[in-house]
Amino acid sequence: MSKQEIRSPLPGVFYRRPTPDSPPYKNDGDAVAADDVIGLIEVMKSFHEVKAGVAARAIHFLADNEDAIMAGDVIAEVEG
Amino acid sequence: MGVRVINPGLSTTVQDLGRPGYFHLGIPIGGAMDRLAMRAANLLVGNPEDAAGLEAVFVGPQLEFTADTVVAVTGADMPIKVDGEQKPGWTALEVRKGQVLSFDFLNKGARIYIAVAGGIDVPVALGSRSTYPIGALGGFKGRAIAAGDELPVGAAGGAKAGRSVPEALRRGPGRPTELRVLPGLYWHRIAESSQAGFFEDDWKVAPEADRMGYRFRGGRKLEFVEREQPFGAGSDPSNIVDSCYPYGSIQVPGGTEPIILHRDAVSGGGYFMIGTVISADMDLIGQMQPNTPTRFVQVTMEEAMKARADRARLLQDIRTALV
Repeated sequence: MSKQEIRSPLPGVFYRRPTPDSPPYKNDGDAVAADDVIGLIEVMKSFHEVKAGVAARAIHFLADNEDAIMAGDVIAEVEG
Repeated sequence: MGVRVINPGLSTTVQDLGRPGYFHLGIPIGGAMDRLAMRAANLLVGNPEDAAGLEAVFVGPQLEFTADTVVAVTGADMPIKVDGEQKPGWTALEVRKGQVLSFDFLNKGARIYIAVAGGIDVPVALGSRSTYPIGALGGFKGRAIAAGDELPVGAAGGAKAGRSVPEALRRGPGRPTELRVLPGLYWHRIAESSQAGFFEDDWKVAPEADRMGYRFRGGRKLEFVEREQPFGAGSDPSNIVDSCYPYGSIQVPGGTEPIILHRDAVSGGGYFMIGTVISADMDLIGQMQPNTPTRFVQVTMEEAMKARADRARLLQDIRTALV
C-alpha cells in the first residue's frame, strides 16, 4: 500500500464543496480517479478545481473546508 | 523566432514597465506588478529595461522556443526547468530550438517574470505592450496568453547566457511584510483611535487580491469622524465626493477591508483613502501571496523620498552588476 500527497498548485482558500449547500466532492475514505475533482481553490476572484491527479482506493483530507492555504501545501493524502 | 504556449499557467500576461500618461482618462498605468524584477530579467537577456516580457502569477506557464535564444526568470521563487532539467533563477539561460521551459510549484513570492532576448514583440498600444485584460488593450490580442498561441519575439541584442543577479540584490517581501504608508488627504476623516489602530493591527492579504487591487483583512473596522455628508458623496461615512485615485492609494470601502490600488486600478471614484503606499514598496506587493501577514508602517514624506532613493540605488547596483 503506497501513500501519495495531493498538493495545492495555488495559494488561496480551499473549499471541499462546489457550493455551500452541496455535499463535499469527496469524503474521507472515498476512492478517487485521477480526473476526479477533490476541491476548489478561490484566488483572484475565481474558483479553480483541484483534481486528484492519481487514482487511489482511499482519500484522506488534511486541509479543512475554507482553510487558507499556500501554494504547495498538502491538501490530502491518498492510499493505494 | 517565437514562443509557443503549451500551457499558459493561471494568468500569464505580456507586460513591460507600463503605460503612464492616460490614467486621467481611465486607462490604468499597467505594466509589471514587480517592475524591478521585470527590469532585471530584461537586463539579463540584453534587452532594454522597458522591453516586454511575461508575468505569470502563482503558476508558471509551459513554453516552447522556436529558435535558439537566451531567457531569464526573475521575481518569485519557483523552480525553473528546461526540458525537465532544473535551472537557476535570476540567471541568463541558454535554450535551444524546440526546448521547453516549465515550472514546479511556487515556493515564495507570487509572480515570476520571463524575459526572452529581443523581447515579446506584440504591437505597441498607447505607448506600451502591457496587457490590460478587462480593457482588451495591449499585450497579445488584449488578453492573457492561451495554449496554442505563438508569441512573436523581436531581434536579440546578442546576450550571453550565464550572467546572474547577485543574491544580495534580489529583494522580495519579508514575512510579515511591512508596507510603508504616507497618510493622505482624507486622514482627518477617521477617529484618532483608528488612525493608530490601522498601523497597530495585523492584516492578511485576501484571496481576491489581483493586478487591480490588493485587498487586506484582519484589522479593526475604521471609525469615522461624524459629519453631514457633502453634496455628491454617498451616504456611507467611507464615501467622499468623487476624486482621483493615485497608484498605491489605500481605499477602505465601508471602513472594513483596505484595498491598495495597483497597476491595473480604476483611476477615480467615491471611496475615502487612508493614505498611499510609498513607491519603493509597490513592487513588494506584486510578490505577496494571499494570506501573507502584513503590517502597515506610517512614514513621513522625507522617509518616503529616502526609500525611493534607496530603491533607485538598488536598481543601479543591478545594472552595474550586469554590465
